[in-house]
Amino acid sequence: MKFVDEFRDSQKAQYLKQAIHNLAQQIEPTLSRPLQLMEFCGGHTHTIFRYGIEQLLPDCIEMVHGPGCPVCVLPMGRVDDAVNLAIRPEVIFTTFGDAMRVPGSTMSLLQARGKGADVRMVYSPMDALNLARQNPEREVIFFALGFETTMPSTALTVLQAEREGIKNFSLFCNHITTAPTIKAVLDEPDLMLDGFLAPGHVAMVIGLQPFEFIARDYYKPLVITGFEPLDILQALWMLLKQIAEQRCAVENQYARVVQPTGNKAALNAIHQVFATREHFELRGLGSIDHSGVGMTANYSGFDAERKFAVKPLTVIDPKECQCGAVIKGLIKPWECQIFGKACTPETPMGALMVSSEGACAAYYNHGYRSAAA
Amino acid sequence: MCLGIPGQITAISDADKLMAKVNVSGIVREVNIACIVDEEHTVEQCVGDWVLVHVGFAMSRIDEEEALHTLRLLDELGELQQELDAMEASGVRA
Ligand code: SF4
Repeated sequence: MKFVDEFRDSQKAQYLKQAIHNLAQQIEPTLSRPLQLMEFCGGHTHTIFRYGIEQLLPDCIEMVHGPGCPVCVLPMGRVDDAVNLAIRPEVIFTTFGDAMRVPGSTMSLLQARGKGADVRMVYSPMDALNLARQNPEREVIFFALGFETTMPSTALTVLQAEREGIKNFSLFCNHITTAPTIKAVLDEPDLMLDGFLAPGHVAMVIGLQPFEFIARDYYKPLVITGFEPLDILQALWMLLKQIAEQRCAVENQYARVVQPTGNKAALNAIHQVFATREHFELRGLGSIDHSGVGMTANYSGFDAERKFAVKPLTVIDPKECQCGAVIKGLIKPWECQIFGKACTPETPMGALMVSSEGACAAYYNHGYRSAAA
Repeated sequence: MCLGIPGQITAISDADKLMAKVNVSGIVREVNIACIVDEEHTVEQCVGDWVLVHVGFAMSRIDEEEALHTLRLLDELGELQQELDAMEASGVRA
């Protein structure tokens, strides 16, 4: 793998690797178990695997791959709701590619398309709005997914639809919020995390403040980081430095993109269109307070849930699926009883196998196919 | 879904709707620039900016060197092609 070698040889990477090992040596004698550092975001999980970053780290550091992949935490019941919307004859159901293959209790959106539903993959919510302009006699629904990174784009699209008076466009809103999800992970009694790498593109939108409770109330160090291998190495070094100095603060490695106060225009759009839900279910994590947003009353005309009277379904995951334990870092993917057997990227049983940002797919695709690997 | 791809704004296509043309490695498409415009940086001043494009929206300005470096890395990984294919396949082309 050419890129891995190039990256390993790069001087900066070598330098950072050495700096991490030096700090680790300093910390190690004070440890009774390996340090557990969680990269919350699926984008980071992806980079860590692609570049073999775990293999560069000293033994006293264990990476825990967190729940920060919106496709991976999408509950099965919501997929079923999406399928039920998609099979309505008047509906063109639009979605990002990642969501097409997530298994519902009877079928995925892709399978629904195979059965005749008009499901179309789009690159942007604006493409969905465009379809609504072009097909005034149909109802175009966009499957809105993602943490705060994708929220501004769907909010701005709704605002545009409103300005143009487009009536046949709506969102099936499944946006989720980062801070309450991290809080749920921190409240998990069996988890012993020592620090977080926080998602740079979420912070680009919401700024640093929403992460402050993690350092302040939970005494965990946190570094906001970008998505290149050197970003992650540098952030790990910053995290270890905080641990060595027994500090916990919110630090920003990704200052080239993340402004401390976030993006005003994006936040305005979000606050106009979305309001926090009391609870929202995240797959594998269960119901979490304030972890999702729905659409405000002013925009109920663009809310597919109200427009089509969706009665939210709750579906229990198959017994054999251990996605929840993996997301919480309690077991490694290969310890799931069906990993690589009944559950593979071609035939995913759990959502962590669907997206390349999911921990199970990452392990599987990069050759960790058994406990021996 | 949550990663961005760098591109350069080449023209404003609709100032009222805050739409601009962005060139990503030779593929031009329309993106919304609402998130990078404010009183200090007007719509017209966006032309020439390098931006992080995320599901069809310019989310942040980035410097050119940074942008080119990221594009090279994505190219090596084959992810650039995937993203470009998705852009090309989607209806909204400039
Ligand atoms: S192997 Fe499949 S079922 Fe098991 S945790 Fe991973 S995604 Fe879930």
